[in-house]
Amino acid sequence: MSKKLALAVLAAFSAAAFADINVGVSVSATGPAASLGIPEKNTIALLPASIGGQKVNYIVLDDATDPTAAAKNIKKLISENKVDVVIGSSTTPNSLAMMDVAVDNETPMISMAGSAIVVEPMDAKRHWVFKTAQNDAHMATAIVQHMTDKGVQNVAFIGFADAYGEGWYKEFAKIAEARKLKIVASERYQRNDTSVTGQILKIMAAKPDAIMVGGAGTPAVLPQKALKEKGYKGLIYQTHGVANNDFLRVGGKDVEGAFLPVGPMVIANQLPNDNPVKKSALEYVNKYEAAYGKGSVSSFGGHAWDAGVLLGSAIPVALKKAKPGSVEFRRALRDAIEGTKNLPAAHGIFNLTPNDHQGYDQRARVMATIENNAWKLVK
Amino acid sequence: MDLQILLLLGQDGITNGAIYALLALALVLVFAVTRVIFIPQGEFVAYGALTLASLQAGKVPGTIWLLVGLGATIAVLDGFQLLREKRYAKLPPLLIFNVGLPLLAAAGLFAIPPTELPLWLQVVIAMLLVVPLGPMIYRLAFQPLANASVLVLLIVSVAVHVALIGLGLLFFGAEGSRTPPFTEISFELAGAPLQGQTVLVVVASAALIIGLYFFFERTIYGKALRATAMNRTGARLMGIPPALAGKLCLTLAAAIGAFSGILIAPITTIYYDSGFLIGLKGFVGAIIGGLASYPVAALGAILVGLLESYSSFYASAFKEVIVFTLIIPVLLWRSLTSKHVEEEEE
Repeated sequence: MSKKLALAVLAAFSAAAFADINVGVSVSATGPAASLGIPEKNTIALLPASIGGQKVNYIVLDDATDPTAAAKNIKKLISENKVDVVIGSSTTPNSLAMMDVAVDNETPMISMAGSAIVVEPMDAKRHWVFKTAQNDAHMATAIVQHMTDKGVQNVAFIGFADAYGEGWYKEFAKIAEARKLKIVASERYQRNDTSVTGQILKIMAAKPDAIMVGGAGTPAVLPQKALKEKGYKGLIYQTHGVANNDFLRVGGKDVEGAFLPVGPMVIANQLPNDNPVKKSALEYVNKYEAAYGKGSVSSFGGHAWDAGVLLGSAIPVALKKAKPGSVEFRRALRDAIEGTKNLPAAHGIFNLTPNDHQGYDQRARVMATIENNAWKLVK
Repeated sequence: MDLQILLLLGQDGITNGAIYALLALALVLVFAVTRVIFIPQGEFVAYGALTLASLQAGKVPGTIWLLVGLGATIAVLDGFQLLREKRYAKLPPLLIFNVGLPLLAAAGLFAIPPTELPLWLQVVIAMLLVVPLGPMIYRLAFQPLANASVLVLLIVSVAVHVALIGLGLLFFGAEGSRTPPFTEISFELAGAPLQGQTVLVVVASAALIIGLYFFFERTIYGKALRATAMNRTGARLMGIPPALAGKLCLTLAAAIGAFSGILIAPITTIYYDSGFLIGLKGFVGAIIGGLASYPVAALGAILVGLLESYSSFYASAFKEVIVFTLIIPVLLWRSLTSKHVEEEEE
């Protein structure tokens, strides 16, 4: 009898707990991708505490930039915390590791990773996966366009000797070739290398008009510094992966004049007033800087914010169809995210379709340069 | 490839090799005296560089909290021991060294903004903050296990390495730092530009190596360390306490590591986890020296630096593979030529 009573009490409690919406988050707050994960984690704390009149609980776990830990995190979030949706993770390998678990449990997942492979090609698995960071191809097109506008003909590439560098080289080479740019040298280096002299000498011997650095964060300073030291006079391009203040701090005068594509959020207050992203981008920037200090905002936190924006618009729609905590709700939520139309976010305007789970267009990037140790919009 | 490129690559290789050589020497020293394969050696490099960088950024480096924490732990452990043995006279020096000085250093850092100090003084402060970590780590992690097998010591060494990396992330953040160069001079050598800082690295490393030579040959402490390295039991019978020898050689290792970090911080960006790879390359050099011979270890480390530099020119994507593959023929040659000596039984 008492056992039955206990069960009844338990059921009542769990029913009450299930009324809230549970959002599981796995970010790389430590390990090599910590500079991505930390602002993302900070941003999650700024997301609204209730959406569509329902309380939202965010359960944040750290995966230490380790795919195994990321997979473990999502298992834990789904089986123990009964989450309705998962945000994460910061990097491509970690997001890929989480994907299978998300599909098996029919839980929508919003990744913040850069590579297109997270949402392409669209198959049964990726049916459940969305992504808020611009695809690399997206950014590479902007660079190639800028190069051809500047009359560049020969270009050299130096990038990380890992998936990030390879991914960039592939995208960049594909687009460059289509636009008749000749790649005269292609070199690699490690994130924690102390010297790239060998690679730089080889590149400079090929006499390129422009050099593309396929690196992210502060390790991308090294090639540019070596180029300046050895007296290279041509154009230098960086990827959007360097758009944080640490890059400027470490780079100092050596990174002046570099060109890079960025999400509009990075230079939100320089955007012309008629830019459709300006208002939504400024909203995030102001909120983040109010909480963590002036100049603390970085492009990566914006991807976490945009995941929140997607949820903010999709959850009210899903709530009309089912109660949180049920598989029906998760299905409805997935459909609602996929149906997002013309939603302004920090990095662009979302227009998702069953075949495009990224959903950004040309408005999700602008070209910037580094001037006086600050990001400046290239008009 | 023309002569200029050859020279530039050689210059780059020797600069890196000089740092690897210093670390190789420290690794050989620590292994010879304590039988610890000291994986955290690289962390001293990162801590040295990043502590200096945070001083220059006007931040109180997190290293100070580690220093205070470790010091307090040691004071509690050793204090109880002394109380139990009723050796009250030893208490004040114990407290002054392990609690008083770190707290004084912390107070000093908060009182005087380090950004206004001259560079050499910042370097001295950074060294003072990092070097005592060496003996403290020895006291807490290795001294209680001094007689354990090499394998156990290695496992502890890996644990210390992981702990220091985690703390490094906490103290210095995920992104790297770079310090301004000690000298802006640059001149030409055989048609190739040469940075003053590069010369400084090579000269300072060479000076340090010579200094170490005199330390081991001419001073009583150096001789005591050599004696312990040759025969631990014999040295103990001659009145050389093994704990002192262990602390002394870890102090040296920490000093060498921190100094290397300060030397290369202006040349490259240092991250909280950069130390491991730099230390690992020093380790390859030390292995070439069989973890026993100082000159061969130093030369091996320079070879690693040169190999790294030239392979980054010819096959940049496979650079690390080439460098670490070097260890295979060396180990083969070692195992074919060396006589196996049984580890001494206690």
